[in-house]
Amino acid sequence: MSLFNVFDIAGSAMTAQSERLNVTASNIANADSVAGPDGKPYRARQVVFQAMAPASGQGPAKVGVVGVVEDPSAPRQVYDPKHPLADAQGYVRLPNVSVVDEMVNMLSASRSYQSSVEVMNTAKNLLLKTLTLGQ
Amino acid sequence: MVDRLDEMLGFQTQALRLRSQRQELLAANIANADTPNYKAVDFDFARALQEAAAPKSNSASAADTKPTLLYRQPGQASLDGNSVEMDAERAQFADNTVRYEATLRFLNAQLKMMLTAIQG
Repeated sequence: MSLFNVFDIAGSAMTAQSERLNVTASNIANADSVAGPDGKPYRARQVVFQAMAPASGQGPAKVGVVGVVEDPSAPRQVYDPKHPLADAQGYVRLPNVSVVDEMVNMLSASRSYQSSVEVMNTAKNLLLKTLTLGQ
Repeated sequence: MVDRLDEMLGFQTQALRLRSQRQELLAANIANADTPNYKAVDFDFARALQEAAAPKSNSASAADTKPTLLYRQPGQASLDGNSVEMDAERAQFADNTVRYEATLRFLNAQLKMMLTAIQG
């Protein structure tokens, strides 16, 4: 029955979006982390979504997170000679996190999550109504 | 007798099956709204129902005919190659939900009618 697959599809979208929200939270939380465990500034991370086509090839596809990639762009450099981690020229290397971008990401993820919840609720209502068929 | 019942309910059953298939496709489109390079798919419901309801000469039963999937033409292209337009998909989803419920009611009414005819 196709309507049961809606739960799988909407569920996969919810999992993917919550993972995206998780990564966004990590980026915002570490927006000022000048040194990580390796002594280097934190790098922004992004999730990569991919449509998971069904085994039969064509048809409704679930969403999957195929990986979390690090932003390769250079860290932000701020001139602050008093900072304990400043280099010889007086520059501190800060994470390459753009807080504005991350806020946008957060809003987008939460809206998409809400959409999936609504889709799931609709499917549930339809199935319950189908169960009362003939009564 | 039973094949008459089948014949009577057959059309609405096909409609209900196609509606639930379309619901699944639209749910997949909404789920993949943020997936790069995903192309939104849908099918022509009227044509699919005509094909499912038409009497077939070969042995393939109507239940395993699959509607041909078409790609949706987006009104506005997006940079990541995704062709899902959330507003259009949500509207279609709501529309399909109501029509699914309508088909359920038709089916229910037909069942009630048959029951009345049997019980007198």
